[in-house]
Amino acid sequence: MSEPNERSQTITLRVNGTERRGQVEPRKLLVDFLREDLGLTGSHVGCEHGICGACTILVNGEAARSCLMLAVQANGAELMTVEGLAPQAGEPPALPGKTGQLHPLQAAFWEHHGLQCGFCTPGMLMTAYDLLQTNPMPSEAEIRAGLSAVLCRCTGYQGIVEAVQAAAETLRARRGDR
Amino acid sequence: MKPPPFAYHAPTHLDEALALLERYGDDAKVLAGGQSLMPLLNFRLSYPSALIDINRVAELSYLRQENGQVCIGALTRQRTIEFSELARRQLPLLHEATTLVGHLPIRTRGTIGGSLAHADPAAEYPTVALVLDAELVLQGPGGRRSIPAEEFFVSYLTTALAPNEIVTEIRFSPAPRTSGWAFEEVARRHGDFALVGVAGVIDTEGEQCRTARLAAAGAGPTPIRLRAAEDILVREGVTEQGIQRAAAKAAELVEPDSDIHASADFRRHLTEVLTRRAIQRARERGQEQRA
Repeated sequence: MSEPNERSQTITLRVNGTERRGQVEPRKLLVDFLREDLGLTGSHVGCEHGICGACTILVNGEAARSCLMLAVQANGAELMTVEGLAPQAGEPPALPGKTGQLHPLQAAFWEHHGLQCGFCTPGMLMTAYDLLQTNPMPSEAEIRAGLSAVLCRCTGYQGIVEAVQAAAETLRARRGDR
Repeated sequence: MKPPPFAYHAPTHLDEALALLERYGDDAKVLAGGQSLMPLLNFRLSYPSALIDINRVAELSYLRQENGQVCIGALTRQRTIEFSELARRQLPLLHEATTLVGHLPIRTRGTIGGSLAHADPAAEYPTVALVLDAELVLQGPGGRRSIPAEEFFVSYLTTALAPNEIVTEIRFSPAPRTSGWAFEEVARRHGDFALVGVAGVIDTEGEQCRTARLAAAGAGPTPIRLRAAEDILVREGVTEQGIQRAAAKAAELVEPDSDIHASADFRRHLTEVLTRRAIQRARERGQEQRA
């Protein structure tokens, strides 16, 4: 049986396809581990109690709030943060002719004015990612229900909803192309 | 804020988890999906000396049919229930209620056992367990026992679970094929806890009501079974007057509090409206089932 331990523990996990290790106190939140220990500051700390959704990442392929998980719970897990969203070398760019390599969701947020200050954007993107992988053709109501998990205080959501609709189309077309 | 310090254990077997609970007793908290406990820790409203993380106890995660019942392991995620064909077919009320639990990234982590053990009276699952007459299987060092949902919920965030026990399974008996179901709720924002929710399962033929089961969420210290309202429906049938009288009775049966979200009066009003809607929609669905 494991002994009581408030001291730091070693964890090993995969983040955006790369194996990472860390020494963490059990009470360290996963989002703080990502930001402070791994330098992945794309996941934002908003409310720290599972309401705002800014810290949403993918844990073993599913969207989850990283402020409601301990880093030790992610030992052995496969994580994807917003930094892992952009296509890897060799994958097609989301917007031909546009600079940079963006995921279709990121490109659509750009095109449809899906952000202003950008604080909620990582959470919006990662939540939308899971929404579209489980429901590739969501209605507007389904998009709004899915994105109700993340609070945005500037855009009023219209641009965000349009961006997710557009990204859904791009992703569907892409799947059809293959 | 950040959680206070605690000893952390991540057992991989139920026996190990139970031994740890026995060792720490009331000072330990069992961590399942963490969607209620983690906020409490982050707010420092809870200071357990130990966290027993059961997320690696794989034997507690399943959804299967057994002797005509649907048995769900306590660690089964809400998202798993949402996508389960078995749940959709056999427990459509549970399935519908699942889509109302929090948000997508909450349901990927949140578990059925965690929601029941946390026993927030405004949550969907306790009310579903109550209205479907579910049995909860609890395991402690002395073995396992089974308890009806009606005896499990004691008060606000308080259950019949002993400090050295863990909820391991929830057993549901599917309603007859001819019955209809509905979970109706009003929340200020999508995914919020309901101000009030009403769950109903009724079996009707024409205007006759063979059986009726109704329960309310968010309208008292526990989910509340609305038995006197059920009796009215069975006695008077699903006529306009029968439905109206059952809904009015439901509003008398609940014991809501006032808080910053809604007054007690408004919650009573919602109970009446939602009971009426739940009965009507359950009846329509029952008719569709038979058609």
